Amino acid sequence: MTTPVLELRGITKRFPGVLANDHIDLTLEEQEIHALLGENGAGKSTLMNILYGLYSPDEGEIYIRGKRVEIQGPTDAIRQGIGMVHQHFMLVPVLTVTENVMLGEEVTRGLALDRKSVVRRIKEISDLHGLEVDPHAKVADLPVGVRQRVEIIKVLYRDANILILDEPTAVLTPQEADALFEILQSLREKGVSIIFISHKLREVLALADRVTVLRRGRVVGETRTQDADQAKLAEMMVGRAVKLTVEKKPPQVGEPVLTVRGLKVLDDRLQMTVNGVDFEVREGEVLGIAGVQGNGQTELVEALTGLRSVYEGQVLIDGKDLTAASPRDVTEAGVAHVPEDRQEDGLVLSFTVAENLVLNTYYRPPFAKGMSINYPIIYETGEKLIKEFDVRTPSSRVPVGNLSGGNQQKVIVAREFSRPIRLLIASQPTRGLDVGSIEYIHRRLLEKRDDGVAVLLVSAELDEIMGLSDRIAVMYRGKFTAVVDANDVSKEQVGLMMAGSSLEEALTQAPGPEAYEPEIVT
Amino acid sequence: MADAPTTPSEAPEVEPKERHASSRLYYAVLVPILSVFTALVLGAILILITDPAVTGAWKNVFQAPLAALSATWESISTAYGALLSGSLGLVEIWKALGVALSGGGTEDLAVALVPLSESLTTSVPFIFAGLAVAIGFQGGLFNIGAEGQILVGALCSVYVGYSITGLPWFIHLPLALMAGMLGGAIWGGIPGLLKAYTGGHEVINTIMMNWIAIILSSWLLKVGGPMARPDLPITPEVLPSAQIPQFFSTQGNRFHAGFFLALAAAAVIWWLLYRATTGFEIRMSGANPHAATYSGVKVKRVWVMIMSIGGALAGLAGTVQALAVDRWVGVGFSGGMGFDSIALALLGRSHPVGVVLAALLFGTLRNGATRMQSVARIPIDIITIVQALVIVFIAAPEIIRWLYRLRQPAEDLTPTLSTSWGS
Repeated sequence: MTTPVLELRGITKRFPGVLANDHIDLTLEEQEIHALLGENGAGKSTLMNILYGLYSPDEGEIYIRGKRVEIQGPTDAIRQGIGMVHQHFMLVPVLTVTENVMLGEEVTRGLALDRKSVVRRIKEISDLHGLEVDPHAKVADLPVGVRQRVEIIKVLYRDANILILDEPTAVLTPQEADALFEILQSLREKGVSIIFISHKLREVLALADRVTVLRRGRVVGETRTQDADQAKLAEMMVGRAVKLTVEKKPPQVGEPVLTVRGLKVLDDRLQMTVNGVDFEVREGEVLGIAGVQGNGQTELVEALTGLRSVYEGQVLIDGKDLTAASPRDVTEAGVAHVPEDRQEDGLVLSFTVAENLVLNTYYRPPFAKGMSINYPIIYETGEKLIKEFDVRTPSSRVPVGNLSGGNQQKVIVAREFSRPIRLLIASQPTRGLDVGSIEYIHRRLLEKRDDGVAVLLVSAELDEIMGLSDRIAVMYRGKFTAVVDANDVSKEQVGLMMAGSSLEEALTQAPGPEAYEPEIVT
Repeated sequence: MADAPTTPSEAPEVEPKERHASSRLYYAVLVPILSVFTALVLGAILILITDPAVTGAWKNVFQAPLAALSATWESISTAYGALLSGSLGLVEIWKALGVALSGGGTEDLAVALVPLSESLTTSVPFIFAGLAVAIGFQGGLFNIGAEGQILVGALCSVYVGYSITGLPWFIHLPLALMAGMLGGAIWGGIPGLLKAYTGGHEVINTIMMNWIAIILSSWLLKVGGPMARPDLPITPEVLPSAQIPQFFSTQGNRFHAGFFLALAAAAVIWWLLYRATTGFEIRMSGANPHAATYSGVKVKRVWVMIMSIGGALAGLAGTVQALAVDRWVGVGFSGGMGFDSIALALLGRSHPVGVVLAALLFGTLRNGATRMQSVARIPIDIITIVQALVIVFIAAPEIIRWLYRLRQPAEDLTPTLSTSWGS
């Protein structure tokens, strides 16, 4: 047997009160794609940050090609041939691709930057690995998928042969993700060994050769992907059997709650981002809006919830015109909103859990009487909701910023679901969450639907749309390509429409739902 | 960098224990106290190296080490001793109290109280102005305009105080106070409006408003100017019916009723911030304006409101100082008080209780420094430097943590500084 490229032995890292990594062993073989799978907070990122020199381990050793190494910082890691592509890109948007690649390792001739030689190397690297990119393009003008390619080039430019990718598909469209997988496979052929961090089971099974599963800072299993399936991996990850498919009763559809007519909305750059959409959402149904991010879904939801002004058209809720309503009017009309960016819009991280649970009802009885806020009742209610919605927090008086992502989302869900509502607008409700939290939020969402609430679900996760929706609208460049019954289309057909095909094209070019087997939603 | 376990999104599954409330309070109090202490130590070093007696003695340290040490002790004890007796005078109060209790009359006691009463008196405008800046910080705005707001408030109240005659005090005094509040509120409200409806940054606009106030005052107060006396560049004296009463003033005390007004203002602001819906909106807007908007708060209105409330408080700082202590306003009336108040709002962590304590400290230091200058010949600037150092340590708490080997608090999410800074 050959020496592994990389070996971690007994890596342990403690943070105050937390054992983030507990004697972790991991081996990466030559030319292997090795997935590191685990829920949020399982210790994946900590482990990789140790490997990249951002943290120093309390115990344990790192071996590269059989030789023990000390990695004190990213410089050491790069010298050892380790490169890391972070989840949030480390690029300077105003600089060109070339400038970004050479940043920190500027090649100079005299006093001037030698861009030419760098451009040449970038071209070599991109030709070799199929990483197509224009070296002279400004990073700000590039789509997310291409920016990620720049990050990979940056790493390869520094001669990395061990590549770490932290949740690389979190920001990508399905097509971009497929392109990335091809690139990674080609890199493996060319001799690069890859560690791939993810919590998406399907990706791991499709791409990786081997997978190590972490739970609560410990390795709970290591297996070849050919010997594993989704259910098995999910169970290892969560520590119990997880229901991966959503059980859905047939919808009991009633009156329309939300009616949207000819809606046009401008984005921040005054571009017509929502360009005339008509739809309604009725009591007891889930309307899913599928679409690649950036096709106007964000602006649509903002316009519906009063956060963005409507350029043209009409928004009616229970027949009442709320086109120019303020966010508070919309809330008072019985609309719950789970915002796309929970930390940006949905929570005040420095406020306590209980305060966040009344973030948009603090001014109403029983939480306030006149101008005076009744904190005892707020904390009482907080404790009750924490129990009811199973928010894992030591108490209701802890800043919500101290909770994990899944629990933060539960706080929002608890707040929005616990008051009487007519319409629920959920935008990317499970983005970045682990399997357990996703399962929970999906269940709660369908409970609301079964209670007769109209649900508008916006998601870039096709599986989520397919699994929860009763009807599906596909949004492409500000318009709805089609609004169809969820039983009449297959995932592939919706995927084609997301990429720009018309309904007719999609129906003829991809197999229909007869061929569709219920996918596992993760 | 990528998600570290300490970032919220990737917080470890093992939930942190409930230690936040206590540890956060601990750090909120500990760092300011150590900052003040460290600044005083550095101030002492500065006193030493500028004292020729000390530096001279240290030149001969090998011949006479004890002399060097005693010169050092002498210098510091004189300086800080004068600072203490000039600002508090507790020993004198104790003695005079003994005399008074043994039937020797209260005359001495009233005199002995002068240093303490002066310290409290000096603190009064600091309390108001500190609250003015603090409420801005709480709402995410950096109000650098207290200086101008103090001046405008003082001018408005004094104008009402000397120009309207024939009113009984219970009408005249409130009227003058309100005029001062209103003047300050307008002066603060304008940058608030500009921020909300044009996006003009409040830092720039409050600085500009300071200059307008200063230049305006020098026109109003030039000899023969609209508000000045014919022979002096100051306003006429405020009529007795608009003066805030002082206590024991015959013995030279200037301690006045405005002190209690300042404490009341702090209590009201505390209630507003932490017990009222308005404060919930202010703090939400400061901590996360996006979430505030999402929750139905009209953030722009909040901005205008806190700048106006802040302006009114700073206006009161000038008003109370003018109506109770100076009884007239001259050019340079505010004298940097508005800028000191930024410092003490930071020192007080933008919390009303913290602001009151920081204002008392600043008032005491300022007042004691005068005495230090006359007794120990230490320039008053030393105290300015000490104050500046306090701010440096508050703004860069890493220094203090490093110096005293403090551990990093679990997660410091207290919004002390304006989030709009530089946006």
